[in-house]
Parts: sequence; structure tokens; C-alpha cells
Amino acid sequence: MAEEAVLGYLENNYEIRDSGEFAAERGVDHNEMVNVIKSLHGFRYVDAEDIKRETWVLTDEGNIYANVGSPEVQLMLAIPPEGISRDELQKKLGPTVFKIGCAQAAKNKWLEMGKQLISRKVEHVEDRVKDLLLQIQQGQGIGLDDIKALKARKLIVPQTWKGYSVKKGPSYAPKRKKVVTDLTRDNFQSGEWKELEFKEYNYSAKGQPLEGGHLHPLLKVRCQIKQIFLCMGFEEMPTNNYVESSFWNFDSLFQPQQHPARDSHDTFFLDAPSTTKELPEDYVNRVKQIHESGGYESRGYAYDWKREEANKNLLRTHTTAVSSRMLYQLAQKSFSPKKYFSIDRVFRNEAVDRTHLAEFHQIEGLVCDRGLTLCDLIGVLHDFFSRLGMTKLKFKPAYNPYTEPSMEIFSYHEGFKKWVEVGNSGMFRPEMLRPMGLPEDVQVIAWGLSLERPTMIMYGIDNIRDLFGHKVDLGLIKKNPICRLGIE
Amino acid sequence: MPTVSVGRDRLFAAIGKTYTQEEFEDLCFSFGIELDDVTTEKAIVRKEKHLEEEADEDEEVIYKIEIPANRYDLLCLEGLAQALRVFCGFQEIPTYKLADISKDAMLKMHVKPETSLIRPFVVCAVLRGLTFDKARYNSFIDLQDKLHQNICRRRTLVAIGTHDLDKLEGPFTYEALPPTSINFTPLKQERSFRADDLMEFYKSDLKLKKFLHIIEDSPVYPVLYDSKRTVLSLPPIINGAHSAITLETKNVFIECTATDLTKAKIVLNTMVTAFSEYCENKFVIEPVEVISSDGKSHIYPDLSVYDMEVSLAYITGLIGVSLEAEQVTKFLNRMQLHAKQSTSDNFVVSVPPTRSDVLHPCDVMEDVAIAYGFNAIKDQAIVDNKGSKRLAASLALLPLNELSDLIRKEVALIGFTEVLTFILCSKKENFAMLNRQDDKSKAVIIGNPRSSDFEAVRTSLMPGILKTVAHNKDHPKPIKIFEVGDIAILEDKNDVGAKNLRQLAALYCGANAGFEIIHGLVDRVMEKNGITFVSPGDKSGYYIERSDEPEFLAGRQARIIYQGKQVGTFGIVHPEVLNNFDIPDPCSFVELNIESFL
Repeated sequence: MAEEAVLGYLENNYEIRDSGEFAAERGVDHNEMVNVIKSLHGFRYVDAEDIKRETWVLTDEGNIYANVGSPEVQLMLAIPPEGISRDELQKKLGPTVFKIGCAQAAKNKWLEMGKQLISRKVEHVEDRVKDLLLQIQQGQGIGLDDIKALKARKLIVPQTWKGYSVKKGPSYAPKRKKVVTDLTRDNFQSGEWKELEFKEYNYSAKGQPLEGGHLHPLLKVRCQIKQIFLCMGFEEMPTNNYVESSFWNFDSLFQPQQHPARDSHDTFFLDAPSTTKELPEDYVNRVKQIHESGGYESRGYAYDWKREEANKNLLRTHTTAVSSRMLYQLAQKSFSPKKYFSIDRVFRNEAVDRTHLAEFHQIEGLVCDRGLTLCDLIGVLHDFFSRLGMTKLKFKPAYNPYTEPSMEIFSYHEGFKKWVEVGNSGMFRPEMLRPMGLPEDVQVIAWGLSLERPTMIMYGIDNIRDLFGHKVDLGLIKKNPICRLGIE
Repeated sequence: MPTVSVGRDRLFAAIGKTYTQEEFEDLCFSFGIELDDVTTEKAIVRKEKHLEEEADEDEEVIYKIEIPANRYDLLCLEGLAQALRVFCGFQEIPTYKLADISKDAMLKMHVKPETSLIRPFVVCAVLRGLTFDKARYNSFIDLQDKLHQNICRRRTLVAIGTHDLDKLEGPFTYEALPPTSINFTPLKQERSFRADDLMEFYKSDLKLKKFLHIIEDSPVYPVLYDSKRTVLSLPPIINGAHSAITLETKNVFIECTATDLTKAKIVLNTMVTAFSEYCENKFVIEPVEVISSDGKSHIYPDLSVYDMEVSLAYITGLIGVSLEAEQVTKFLNRMQLHAKQSTSDNFVVSVPPTRSDVLHPCDVMEDVAIAYGFNAIKDQAIVDNKGSKRLAASLALLPLNELSDLIRKEVALIGFTEVLTFILCSKKENFAMLNRQDDKSKAVIIGNPRSSDFEAVRTSLMPGILKTVAHNKDHPKPIKIFEVGDIAILEDKNDVGAKNLRQLAALYCGANAGFEIIHGLVDRVMEKNGITFVSPGDKSGYYIERSDEPEFLAGRQARIIYQGKQVGTFGIVHPEVLNNFDIPDPCSFVELNIESFL
């Protein structure tokens, strides 16, 4: 009713000057009027401006007197014409009314306070206090002196009154449209949507959290790096063989049997299956020879090469064991050039800490062709690492038993403001390639890096266990952004 | 890679030039070594004792430098400084010579046949007129330590003994005797020990106890005597106190006993070449004749250079940069390799005794590339880059990995989140905690695990997935996770005796176990692989049947049969298994092999 009143009035009038008066005129409670105005304002039907007024309201005591009359008048009415004793009068009125009534009536000089009896001095009294209180209750103004007197008697207290002045708003309509929060099947199919108003959306809040499936961060990076290799024309090597013989993992790579990497401190050797049963015997003999006495222009390492060492099984320490098998297979056919890559798990028997685990993923790339040079290696590294976003590279001479030259790859990290090692590379030694049966002019250039390290740098993760393994927080997997390697 | 600690100021004095740290880092980088850490002696002590004192201004700065594992000649300040002097062109390549003495005047070492039972080889040399000071003496001791740690493989292959020659009298003998018949006062001790008692005594010696195993169980111990039966050393454990070298020692006798003669020669050469620069006659080493039990005689050290024929075309062809012969000669000189042009296109490269790492012409080629500068090659390399440009005719995707990736994406699309867990696990996690028995027929077992976390290769993805749930107790339910990864099992038919299997596993965890949800996932995976649901016995598609696996709850588990063969199982995880993994909520789990879908 209040809403129709406001909208209806504004249809023909410029303004509702005072919501209080407007409510009073229509016999509507002002609080209800305020709620209606607030709501209409929220939907911008009306513009409302605050107005404030200081008013007086009755205290509890004031309310009582407005009802039953002031104590002094009650007192007067209780005094019979012949007068009454003090005790009896107090008994009639009660101590509070008696006390206040006496004081006020005496002040008004209405009473004759005799020794025995109290009697009236005047015949008629008017209850002006009651009248004033009633006027205030009805919102009428009274004189300042009266206010002062009533305030002094604690019958009235001041109160700030709040209301509005109201004009048409930008979305004014004489009748409010229905508001909704969503398009529903009902309001859509019924055509009701045309009449509907959509509630203002809260643009500062986030939407509803969604449930769904997610891929693992490290494997998202693996996927992009695989894409990069495919773009560069590399084929993936099958690396689904964690168990490897020392022969393919070390000996075939011209890694001498006393090499520190072959210590149990660095490598997981196996109890079951403890040894390998089958190796290509011709090739094994050529490998033995190159280790012991050299060949193909090499001096060899000059030590007693032991078959038992080569037979020992282990968990592969690098995917180069697979590269070695692949190159050996390649050498058994008439030569054709190849570009290979792999990204898979390798194992090291090392102490684990924030950056090292006993298992991690190795990325490996290799090119096998006639007449490849160190220039080609640097060129292919530049191509590959640029696609990973690392364009500033430099190369440090290094040592690796199966590559010569061997280069550590450093990339300038703009965030850290320093050069960081990002991988290893080299040209496979003739002592590795020639015994396999590859032609003399065939070179293999290769490089390797871990998948975890660039991923940790990219996502700013400083503990590898936050990225990989069973202690990873599922919430973080769900929040992890897409990996843009290779597209920017 | 080994690290050597050298005083910065002494190093710069030895090189003959002072560098800023950045300049020195650049020099190291281009030469192929790395300045790993800059510290001081006192800082090292403070770190060890966890003290937090302020550093003094005048503390001697120590450079810790990482050395490639095959460059034993760089393991001391002397060798390092010399290599850098030559690299920078401050010094010519030194030539090491044997002192010109007659065979009769040479010191002799007689080898007894019994040594072949335990440690058959010995090589010796003498440094005459050596001048030690505190720093040189320390470097001399440190080098032995470094060699023992690296090429000597913690003294198993080679052990070095150095002696004050003036306190001994040749000829010497190298023998192998029962421990009970060897008595001597070892280094740093006041009294004489019998060899077997000495071994017992050293069992509580932190530094020496790790070498005892090398000879402990042998009936005879190797031992060196002089002509007066003074014990020089009980290799590879300890030297005698009598011939200990001091700052005043002038003439040093070096013996290396070994099980590997090649490495013994390298170790001896490394010692004598590095310290002969402090001899009265610089770079001159006095030889020792070693006479084997069969009467054969060898003169050590063997300082002969190894001549290697290398062609210019080979070098430039592999580096990919055209170079003149003169340039190549100069580059090689900077790497301490003498090169003489033998024909217009051929060099004879003389590999000195310090460069045991040079095995093949490709090592010579690398040295040319280092001296030319890897980074100088870079700009041209980026343009030429044959490695990338050569296109393969047609590429094939690797079917197993492609299928794995496709299935991973499908399972994620269904609403499961991927996890990536470890392949290594404990035997307990792999068997007992899953209510499974280990019948030793399945799992790959590691022989030398550092901790129980690395005892076995998983034979199922289940332990990793359950551990993930246990570590994510606070994650809102339901938890829906999956993994596609390899397990390994023993396989007689394979060369190494084991094979990988590519598995898909998924788990649901919530207020109830969600058996039907995991069942639904199985159906969906099959549907996405184009496999139809058939009635039991039909080999054209898949069906499920009741199973009885200990890791699942009885009556709420099934095996998945595809083309007549079991490819996986699924079920409600057995409450005991959940308890074993400390998981408070019910779970259902599926694992199946995806190789059968190829």
C-alpha cells in the first residue's frame, strides 16, 4: 500500500518533501514507509535524500502520565472537600505519586498543608502536563518553556528523527516490475522474462567455485616440451623400462667400471632381478675391447673390464641408457639419420632434500647424422631453449665420460639476475659410437635436463615435494595454470 | 665433481695476476672449471661449530673451485695455477724430465710374489731438493687426500705413501705378510703395534676405519720395508711414523701401491709433476727401478708423452668452424698440448703425462674448441644449425605414450584430478599395508636402498594414490584422483628380467565409498576406447565379474575382463587397508593395464 502511494503520488507530483508527513497523511507507519523507499531506491525507481529532525518523545514515565494524568492532578482529585490526613492520602495514592504529586501541587500553590489535614486551596485544576504530553505524543509542537519543564521532570527526551525526501529515480515507473536473479526455464518458456527486471549483479564478488578434473602441473609441462620436440621434428623413444643392465646404462656409454657414478652411493642396484641374462655378445666384446685397450684411434682406459660388472642390474640412472639401445639398433641397419627425444623417470640413490629426490624426470634430445659439428649442437640447443623462453645462453666446458666436447648450458635468468645451469650437452664419443657399428662420419649430438627444475623455476616452487609425489596438495594441482611453453 | 680449496691470494700470486671475483669467474667458466664458493678458513670453522661471530677483515679468502672429474692434474693449487698460466699465455708448457742417473745409482724397489695375493702393483719416484713451507706442505697433503678420494676410489685402487727419504735406506722391498708378523709404529702414534692389533685399534678411528675393509680379511697384508726392515707403510691404511715428512724434509720418496697399474702410474705422475716445480732442479724427477718377483724391471715414473696423430680436417670438421693450422697449434699450446705439423693437414699432438684425460683425437678437438671459446662459436652456430634444420622425412608418434595422454585427458574430463606419485616405495607399502603377501615372484627389489622408502619398485599404483589421499585429509570431499604411470614386474622373457606395465588407477573418496562411481569410470574408459560391454564369456568386449582380492572389501569388488583376459580390478578399499594408510574416509579404487587397448 505504501509502495503504490509513493509511486502513485510521484506520477503527478514532483516531490514528496517529507516521508514522515506523507506517511502520517496516509495513516501508514513511518517505518514501513522507510523500508519501501529504501527498496525503491535500490532498484532506482526513486531518488531519496536523507532528512533529519530533532523531536521529543515521551519517557516511560511521561507515557504513564499521558494516560492516567499527572501525579499532582491525581493527588488533587484524591483530596475530599473536607481534607484528608497525610497518611491516608499516601495510602490512597502510593508513595511515588504522593511524593511527586505533593511537591508539584505545592509548587502550584494548590494545597493547604494543615497540621492535621491536607486540603485543597483551589476548587478546579487543569491537567496541563497531561495535555502537553499528549500533544508531543501526537507530534505537535509545544512551547520552549514547557519543553524545558517536561525535560527537567524527565518526562520527555530528545530523539533524532530520520526520513526522506523522495523524487522520481532514473528507472521510475508508476508500478514496480518483478525482479529476478536468473533466467529460469519457467520465466523463459512462459515469456515472462520480457517483463522481468534483473537484480543488480555483484561485480566485486567471485563466481561460484567449480568442480572438475585437472591435469598434473609437471605433466602439463611435459606435454608442452613434447610439443616443442615434435615441432622440431624429433621422434619419441620408448622409455618404458626402468630396470636396466649396467652394460646399457654405463659400459656401452664408455663409462669405466670404476667410475664414481657406478658406486652404490649413486645408483640403485637390484636384488631382484639382480643380473641381466642377455646381451649382444659381439657388441659386448667390442665394448670390452674399447675399455681395456682402446681402438678406433683411442687409447682406452687400460684396465681389466669385468663382465660381471656389466651384467649387474640397476634402475636406470639416465634415459641415455635408452638412447644407447636405440643407437645400437640404428647401427644394425643401413644408416639413416634420426632425431630422437624422451622425457621419463630416472633414479639416483642420492640423499633427498628440497631440490633433490631419488627419482626425477629427465628430458633428453639427440640428433644422429653424418658430419654434425659442435656448431650444430649449439644451434640446436639455441633453437630448443629459445622455445622454452631461454634466449640468453652460454656454454661451459665440462666433463662427461661419454661426450666430447661436453658443455654445461647456462641461461641468464632475468628474475634471479644471474646465470643458472639449465642442462648438459655434448657430442657422443667415438669410443661409444664406433663399437656399436655406426659409420665413422656419423656424429651424435645430445643434451639433457631435468623436467622438475625448469618447472620449479617457472611456477616459483622452491620445494620439489610440493610439485611431485604423494605430499602434493590437491588444491594446488587444481589451481595450477596452463603451461604456455612453446606458444610465447 | 671434486672441489679444491685454495687461498685466493696464493692462487693469484701463483698465476701471476690479480683478478676481481667476476673476472676470475669468467676465466674459470671459459676454461671449464667453476668457482663454487668463496669463504674463509675461519668461516668454515664457524659454520662447523655453528658460531655466529663477525668475520675479521683480514681473514684469508678461500676459493672453492669445482674441477672436472677426469682432470687429476688440477686437484691442487700448483697444477691449477700452472694450467691457468699456460691457458692465459703467461707461461710455456713445462717439460718434465727424469734425472739423468745411471740404473745402478737408482733406488730400487723389489716386489715379492705374495703381493699378487692382495695388491700386486707398486710404482715409486723421488723428488730431490724440495723446499716446503707451510702452504706447500698442506697442499702436498691435500693433493694426496683428493687423489685418494677420486681416482684412487677411496684407496681401493691406489694408495699413496710419501716419506722423508733421508730417514730411510734403500733398497726397498714390497711384501705381503701375515698380519701377526708385521710390527711398527704408525704415523701419529707413540708405540709399536702388531698389524692385526692395529686394525682393531683403528676400528674406532673415524678417518681410517673406512679403509680397513680393503685388506682386513686377507691372510696377508701388503707392507713396504727399507733395507733395515723399517716399515715405510702398511698400504692402504697408514704410513710408518719413522719416515714421516715434515716442513724440513728435503728429499721425498713417493710410493703408490695399487690393484690397477694404469691408475697407479697416473697418480704418481700427478704427484711428481705438480710438486717438481719446488725441486732444486725444476721439473726434474728422480726415477726408481721397480723389480718384479719374476725379475722384470720397470723404471718409474713413466713421463713419456703420448703422440697422437690428428688431422686439421677432423678438428675443424667436428667443431664446424674453419681454422688455420697455426691457430690450432696455438690453441692446443694453451691447453698444455704440444702440436707439431707433420704434413700440411696433420698434427702430431704430444699428450704430456699430466693429461691422462686425453684418450682420443676427439679430446684434442675439444681442447681446440675450448681455447677458441665455446661462446665464440655461438653466433655462427645459430645461423648454420644443421641439427635443427634437417627434417626427418616422416615422424611416428609413440603409440603407448600417445594413448596414455589421450586416456589421461579423458579421465580428467570426467572430473578426476591427476596426481603424480613416486615409483619407489617400501616393501611394506607395496605388500603388507595392502593386505597382500610378497611371494617374491613379482616385485623388483633394490639391493642398496638408502632408506625404507626406496626398497622396491611399485607393482601397483595403489600405495602412491592412497598415500596422496592420506596427505590430503583436509581436502574437501569427495576426492576424485587418478594417475597414469608405469609399474614394473619381474619378467623372465626380457633381457634384464623385468618389464614395465602402463597402468591407469583412479580413486573416489567421500562420505560413502562410491563403488558405483568407480564402476561408472571403468565403463566410461572402456566406452572412450571403443570397447563394448558384453555378457560374461564373450571375448569381443569387456565384462566384469566378482573377484576376491585382499586389498578390497569382500562382495564389493570386481575384476575387469577384456577380450577374455583380466586387465584390472576395482572395488571398495578394504577398511583394514584404509586404516593401514591412516585414511579416515571410505574409498573405492580401480587399477587397470592400458597396454591391452593398443
